[in-house]
Amino acid sequence: MVSILPLSLNDVTVERDGKRLLGPVSLDIRADALTIVLGPNGAGKSTLLRLMHGLVKPTSGRVRFAAPRGEAYAHQAFVFQTPIMLRRTVLGNLCYPLTAHGISHAEAEKKALTWLKTLGLDGHETQRASQLSGGERQKLALARALIRKPELLFLDEPCANLDGAATQDIERLIGEARAGGTRILMATHDLGQARRLADDVLFLHHGEVLEHAPAKAFFEAPQTDEVKAFLNGDLVI
Amino acid sequence: MLEIWLGIKSAFWLIVTLDADLIEIACRSLVVTLSAVAIAAAIALPLGAWLAIGRYRFRRLVIAVLNALMGLPPVVVGLVVYLMLSRSGPFGVMGLLFTPWAMIIAQVIILTPLIASIAHQSIRDLWAEYHDLLISLNTSRSQRIKTLLWDSRRALLTAALAGFGRGIGEVGAIMIVGGNIDHATRVMTTAIALETSKGDFALAIGLGFVLIAMAFAVNITIHMLSGTEVRDRW
Repeated sequence: MVSILPLSLNDVTVERDGKRLLGPVSLDIRADALTIVLGPNGAGKSTLLRLMHGLVKPTSGRVRFAAPRGEAYAHQAFVFQTPIMLRRTVLGNLCYPLTAHGISHAEAEKKALTWLKTLGLDGHETQRASQLSGGERQKLALARALIRKPELLFLDEPCANLDGAATQDIERLIGEARAGGTRILMATHDLGQARRLADDVLFLHHGEVLEHAPAKAFFEAPQTDEVKAFLNGDLVI
Repeated sequence: MLEIWLGIKSAFWLIVTLDADLIEIACRSLVVTLSAVAIAAAIALPLGAWLAIGRYRFRRLVIAVLNALMGLPPVVVGLVVYLMLSRSGPFGVMGLLFTPWAMIIAQVIILTPLIASIAHQSIRDLWAEYHDLLISLNTSRSQRIKTLLWDSRRALLTAALAGFGRGIGEVGAIMIVGGNIDHATRVMTTAIALETSKGDFALAIGLGFVLIAMAFAVNITIHMLSGTEVRDRW
């Protein structure tokens, strides 16, 4: 399989109702790293991820994958801040991405049951997904995104509103996916999580990339006043 | 009041004695209406889903027209279908006029906008919920439509039952295209209209009670078979 990476953004902007939400942004996302997208609320983190994933169209500029568009979107996945559950059972939710792409029900179920064990959700197969707790739903959403082994995974604040145990579970799954070769871009405003997970960090402020650096350099030698203030826990407005 | 009481008695005896004419008319009513609902649903449900997820010019206009068509006067539909199926009409050669097929065609025309409009509203709400996920999962348009239809099946069942309710009580169009011919195209509603015109109110009311009971029975049976209101909401 040809890699869909690098992903290149060239002078991309996103505007809505005449207001600029993002950009201009130019960057390359290359293989083999976990990039944390940091920034205060409203910085454009979600918009950037949604733009890369094709959920938001650029107002100007170009978003380009190494592979053709159709193939690129088939090898990536997205986990939303508030997990979207299909009105189906837990097993039905997990099988869906497989059966929708031509895998037989029997094979999909077999694979999904293995995943449910990994998630610690075995025994919940026939339960409605909507009845799971917030943490369980997010784990299910993450597993649903990972079940087709995407090359590129976008995570939009997947641990927002989760407690420590649920966050730990999610971070374990992210770590396993990362070790399995999935390229991950994750938005968060949790500095502790960023320190735990990041290979490199992309800091956004008012829709612009202020810094993009390896994690060590970002945390130990920030280059801009905004990042310094953010790392110090000061208000960044 | 006397007519109503006599009607209840009449309905009771018609049912208890399994009156042959009543059974024939009731079965024909069910066959015509259920066939029309099935055909209309097969057209209307994908149409409702397509309208919900499609982005194209004149979308609002199409939806407005569809909603307006819910109020199609059955008599006008009957008249148009009559002209189409009559010997001098474009489909006259098929010989469908004054047959149950003509009645089914007229009902399909009346029911399709109703079912499509209700289905569209339900699917539109679900699409708002699923939009990002289904796009993110790289599903095709037909997969999205299939997913939305399956996951909103309970709401769509309600749409189909609303169609059944309208169809089983319809009289104007099927009277025109069916002709209310005994042992051929007579159904419950046209029989009631006939008995009323003859002044036999007791029998007309009796048939009316049977019609209501039939509509109730079909609704309850379908609800029970589909498990609606038995299982928890999603």
